[in-house]
Amino acid sequence: MTVASRWSGSRSIGRKMVSWLFVAFCACSLALALVPLGFVLYFVLSQGLRALDAAFFLHMPAPVGEAGGGMANAIVGTLIVSGLASLVAVPIGVASGIYTSEYGGSRFASIARFAADTLNGVPSIVIGVFAYGIAVLPFKHFSAAAGGFALGIMMIPIIARTTEELLLLVPSSMREGALALGASRARAVFTVVLPAALPGIVTGIVLALARIAGETAPLLFTSFNNRFFTTDVRQPISTLTVQVFTYAISPYEDWHRQAWAGALVLVTIVFICSLLARFATRRLERMHARG
Amino acid sequence: MTRKDLGFRLGTGAFAFALVLVVCAIGVELVRQSMASIRAFGFGFWWTAVWDPVAARFGALPFIWGTLYSSILALLIATPIAVGIAVFTSELCPAALRQPLVFMTELLAAIPSIVYGLWGIFVLVPVVRTVESSVPATLRALPLFSGPPLGIGMLSAALILAVMVIPFTSSVAREVLRSVPGAQREAAYALGATRFEAIRAALFYARSGLVGAVILGFGRALGETMAVTMVIGNSTRLSLSLFAPQYTMAAVIANEFTEATADLYVAALMEIGLVLFIITLIVNSLSRLLIWSMTRNASLPVEAPDAVEAA
Repeated sequence: MTVASRWSGSRSIGRKMVSWLFVAFCACSLALALVPLGFVLYFVLSQGLRALDAAFFLHMPAPVGEAGGGMANAIVGTLIVSGLASLVAVPIGVASGIYTSEYGGSRFASIARFAADTLNGVPSIVIGVFAYGIAVLPFKHFSAAAGGFALGIMMIPIIARTTEELLLLVPSSMREGALALGASRARAVFTVVLPAALPGIVTGIVLALARIAGETAPLLFTSFNNRFFTTDVRQPISTLTVQVFTYAISPYEDWHRQAWAGALVLVTIVFICSLLARFATRRLERMHARG
Repeated sequence: MTRKDLGFRLGTGAFAFALVLVVCAIGVELVRQSMASIRAFGFGFWWTAVWDPVAARFGALPFIWGTLYSSILALLIATPIAVGIAVFTSELCPAALRQPLVFMTELLAAIPSIVYGLWGIFVLVPVVRTVESSVPATLRALPLFSGPPLGIGMLSAALILAVMVIPFTSSVAREVLRSVPGAQREAAYALGATRFEAIRAALFYARSGLVGAVILGFGRALGETMAVTMVIGNSTRLSLSLFAPQYTMAAVIANEFTEATADLYVAALMEIGLVLFIITLIVNSLSRLLIWSMTRNASLPVEAPDAVEAA
């Protein structure tokens, strides 16, 4: 009786069983996570499609008890607040991304990187409270601008980190070529590196937009809500997410239907942005792999 | 360095400095706004269970309890599933399936919190209510299952939190597993290890990074607002029961901030925000430190996980 044959007895079958069970567990856990995804998407689609019509995009909210109505003001509000957020976040995000990628070794770059990661982890509700203190209290009323400020702060770290990563993907031979030809650092970045990474940076901005378009918590007490149509950034403004929240916790059947329609629009926006961004990043990475 | 280069460095550096400044400003502003509450209640704020805006008496214990309870429960549910997913997508599944599967788990992170909340109210809560009412009476005598089966309460909140945390934890865990050197597994296989035994060795090698991934999920769960607010029931009564409506720190800010008229009331809510900020700061730094210590030597740099970006 050799050692090998003693080992290949019942004990080996037991080990194989354990191994097989483990693989089954891992497969099951994946399935388990996809079940809620399927259910959420199914309900948003089925409930949302029932309530979604042209009026949803074109009409104002109807008073309680009146059928119909839409979220025209909220859709415009979401666009305005997201636009304001981009105004705040794009310059800061892109420029600090350039700094951390160009001067990556410096101590201040690691501090900036740490700050971006920290900001990314701050709960959105805390950002909302902060924006309330900075942009609502001094002016004594809620405003679209305050909402844009809050969401802008949430966008900054996402844009900064993607910009940095994508600038680093640009082959260093391009940068070195420019520098070797006598270009200054600024010239090399602005005329060679940045244009090459531009699709990627736009991707980062789109990703950040996808994330903030679905945010509710920071808007509850910054841009607040508004029953009326407004484009005035000094006034409180309605947004899709806050409107969905208001409708969801209301006791009215009609409003619940509208909430589902709003959720469908939100999910569609977020998914399209994520897909676009993913597609663009994939292309950029392939470009990088080719060198 | 030429003068032009210096200008460029200072110019972009100024924006990076603005980013750092924002983080500091959040801390300073929260402290400033919550001074009234800090002065009035001191440290007692944290272990007082009375929340009575009418009498202007504020204690944050119910919210701290609810936040920790729901986040830890969510973690208990999410961690095995998330690690299972990470192992499956990084080690087990066929290469052709990997990208689509990873993408699908990341979609979980892309769905807005408010949509989870809406789904929670109208779909999950009724299901949980049915499950809760079918719990036998003998079990209902236990404090863990006491109280009426409302559906709305701790159990629903923990379940929805678990779903929302899974993509974050699993995507970091996958990156961490990918950074384990292939030699680790090959050595195990060469010694005649089964698949499970080889992966167990890799998991052990990656343990600090995996703990980091779990803590990152914890940080997310602590700060999650909308979905939890909509299903947890918002009751300030302390309870051990999974069925009982409770409250979290983020939820009380979301619900009561616009109603708070008295200065002290606002300051108390600000102080809750301040502590939430500090806790998530510590938790996130800890998780990043663990993940970094794990992956710093790896050949594959761990980038910001896709799920975080896609969210």
